This record gives sequence, C-alpha cells and structure tokens, in this order.
Amino acid sequence: MPRQIVRFNLNGEDVELLCEPRESLLEVLREHLTMTGTKEGCNNGNCGACNVILDGRLVNSCLVLSVEADGSSVVTIEGIATEDGLHPIQTKYLEHAALQCGICTPGFIVASKALLDETPDPSELEVRQFLAGNLCRCTGYDKIIRAVLDAAKTMQADAR
Amino acid sequence: MKDFAYVPARTLGEAASALYEKGDRVRVLAGGTDIIVQVREDRRDLDALIDVKAIPELNDLSYSASDGLSLGAAVPCYRIYGDEEVSSAYPGLIDAVSMIGGVQIQGRASVGGNLCNASPAADGIPPLIVYEATCRVYGPDGFREISVEQFCTAPGQTVLSRGELLVALHIPAPKPRSSGRYIRFIPRNEMDIAVAGSGVHVTLDSSSSRIESARVALSAVAPTPLFLPEIGDFLAGKEATDDVIAEAGEMARNAARPISDMRGTADQRKHLCAVLTRRALNGAIQRVREA
Repeated sequence: MPRQIVRFNLNGEDVELLCEPRESLLEVLREHLTMTGTKEGCNNGNCGACNVILDGRLVNSCLVLSVEADGSSVVTIEGIATEDGLHPIQTKYLEHAALQCGICTPGFIVASKALLDETPDPSELEVRQFLAGNLCRCTGYDKIIRAVLDAAKTMQADAR
Repeated sequence: MKDFAYVPARTLGEAASALYEKGDRVRVLAGGTDIIVQVREDRRDLDALIDVKAIPELNDLSYSASDGLSLGAAVPCYRIYGDEEVSSAYPGLIDAVSMIGGVQIQGRASVGGNLCNASPAADGIPPLIVYEATCRVYGPDGFREISVEQFCTAPGQTVLSRGELLVALHIPAPKPRSSGRYIRFIPRNEMDIAVAGSGVHVTLDSSSSRIESARVALSAVAPTPLFLPEIGDFLAGKEATDDVIAEAGEMARNAARPISDMRGTADQRKHLCAVLTRRALNGAIQRVREA
C-alpha cells in the first residue's frame, strides 16, 4: 500500500513521517523514529511493555496503527524525565529496585505516570488494578507497587 | 503484518459504501484491540480496514432517565465507566466494561466492537442482553433495529450482511427497583478471558422480596452468548429465597452447552454457570435493596 503522511506530537515535538497502514505505532516509534525506549513484548496487547500515552490515555502502542495516530499527541518513556532529571516515579523505581531485567520497566513507568496523572493518591488496590495490564516476569510486582505508592506520596508532598 | 489499506470513514454512508464494495475482504476498525491482533496473527486476510472512530453517530454517549442510554458503537469502555449517570443506571454493564482487558485495552476497546467480534466469551454481551439492548444497524437499505440476543450467530459471526455496520446500541431507561450484575470466573484476578460468565437483571416488587421479572444470559458456554428466557419465566412472581435462586442456578447449569478447551472443561463450566448465576442474581438483588 502507498505510504501515508502521519503527523503527531511526540513528547512535545511535532514529527512527520511516511507510514504504511500495517505498521503499528510501536513499530514506527522504534524503527522510524529510533525511540527504542518503548519495548515490544507480546505484540498482541497482553503485556503492556509497549505502553504509551496517546491523547492522555494509556494504550498499548502495538494495538494502534501508525496512521491512527495522525493528529494526536504521544508521550513515550523518553518523555517522562524532565530537563531537571528523572521523574519521581523513575527515581522511586530505582530506590525500590523495582526492576531486574528491565524490559517491562518503560511500560510500567508510563502506566504508573498515567495512573498518578489521573489518581494522585491511589490505594494499593488501585495501583494493583491499574497495573494489571503490565506483565513482569522478574520482580513479582511487590517492589513495583511499593515504588508507585512511594512516588505518589513524594509527589503529593512536593505539590504541597 | 500483511499489507492492507486504511480507510478513514467520516460518515455512515462512506463506511457502508466501503464495506459493501469489498464485502468479506474488509472489516470495521474501532478500538482495534481484537481486529489488529487477528490481522497480525493471520487469522484474517483483509484488503482494508475501515476506521469508523471519527463518525459522529458511533461516538455518541447520551443518557437520560426517560429515554435510556444511546451508546455509539465505537465509544471506548473508559468513557462508559467514566460517566457517573451511566454507571449508576447500568451497574451490570459497568461490571463488564471495567473488566475487559486492562486500562490500556479499556482506553480503546468498545462495547460495539466486543459485540461485532462475536466471541462466545465476550464479557460485554450478556449485560447488553439482560438490559434488553437493541442494535441500530446501518447499511445499503438504510437503518434497521435488532435485539442483541439475535445479533451473534456463531463464533465470530453476526447477522450483519454485506455493507452493514453497527451504529449504536440503545438500552431502555432503568425501571424502578431493578438492577443488574455481571460476573465471570477467571483463574487470575485481572486480564483474562472468561472460563464462564453470567449476566443477570432483576426487577423486584415494592416489598423488595418478590421478583417481578428477571433476565439471565451466559458467556463462554455456547457458540454464542446464551440468553435463557426460561430462567426469567421461572423467576417471575417468585419470592427471592435461597432455594429459588439456587434453582435458577441449576437451570443455568442444565442449559449451558460448553466445550472443553484450554480454559476449562465442559463439566467445570456447567458447574460455574450454577455458581455464577446464583451469585449474580444475589448481587443484583442486593443492589436493588441497597439503592
């Protein structure tokens, strides 16, 4: 099929590229834009490794066609840290050692960001339910949950 | 993924024309959480996907206490449970839309797409059936209406004919002293496909002890979501006692026609129908009494 022009805002910058309809947003991010922080896990919507925030909603970028992203705003793991350094969520993942191999981590951090944007002070159950669509085969989740709860606490305190 | 064309439709007419032109070689794209996986895994060989998300009629979510709910076929799950009025009017539907996939899926997946995908295990369909939802379909001959229980004909198959698409679902306004509940059994706590599920809707009398009417539909125990009007007939006019509810569960067990597969055996599924239907009925009754 002929390639189509796709324009979207990626982590605050406008990008424009030629995409085939069959290319997923995930493929385009990694292969055309070399934004390889977003990982491919299952490539069928089960694992959350490819999570990005599309127009303010957490999505699996493997289940979004590149052409569907035209005109949207996309935040990837590369857009989470600020110029001043790591985002508090990232800092807390490090402090709690909430990762081992790290493949699932970008997806978890993006999902955690989406959660805390929407629910700044979540209960443990809310964190567990929100992160149910992200799979980790190493840590057993407990450290991840603790990192997110701690990040929420820190961010709440900083906001005051 | 195999090559295909992407056709963004802006109107119902554009979508219906594109669907008619290519027949079996095209499918509708809404949230994409089923169809993209099916194309990628070569379970469907298509020439084009018709994106219907930008068609206004498919994005409408409107509710009024007199007219009920109009739910555009492409409205994603999160918009449904994010609406307070809809959540309090149709809790049995909310049970389902908040358990389909995780938040990532709920941000894209629609109830209309869940229906058109016609999986026997779809969580979204039993609640639609028990809430007496109707489908508004548009095609070459204009609009037609069909009840949800008649919509699915076989696994992955629906009554939609060439050129037709689901536009919206309509759910009647909730009756006084009525409520619904949908529950399913999965081996995990989240993010899984139902081994079996049961959706119920009950209306109680003014004493809240007698069942005036009830509807029950099951998932994952037949080639299509299974509507069981005989359970409603049995329950109508009866006191909501433990024995009566248990008997309704037994009827669900006997009506189920499950297969054995990787998710569970036929025997386990029949057993689950009894347990889940009993619990769903008690849950819906409790919701009425607590309202």
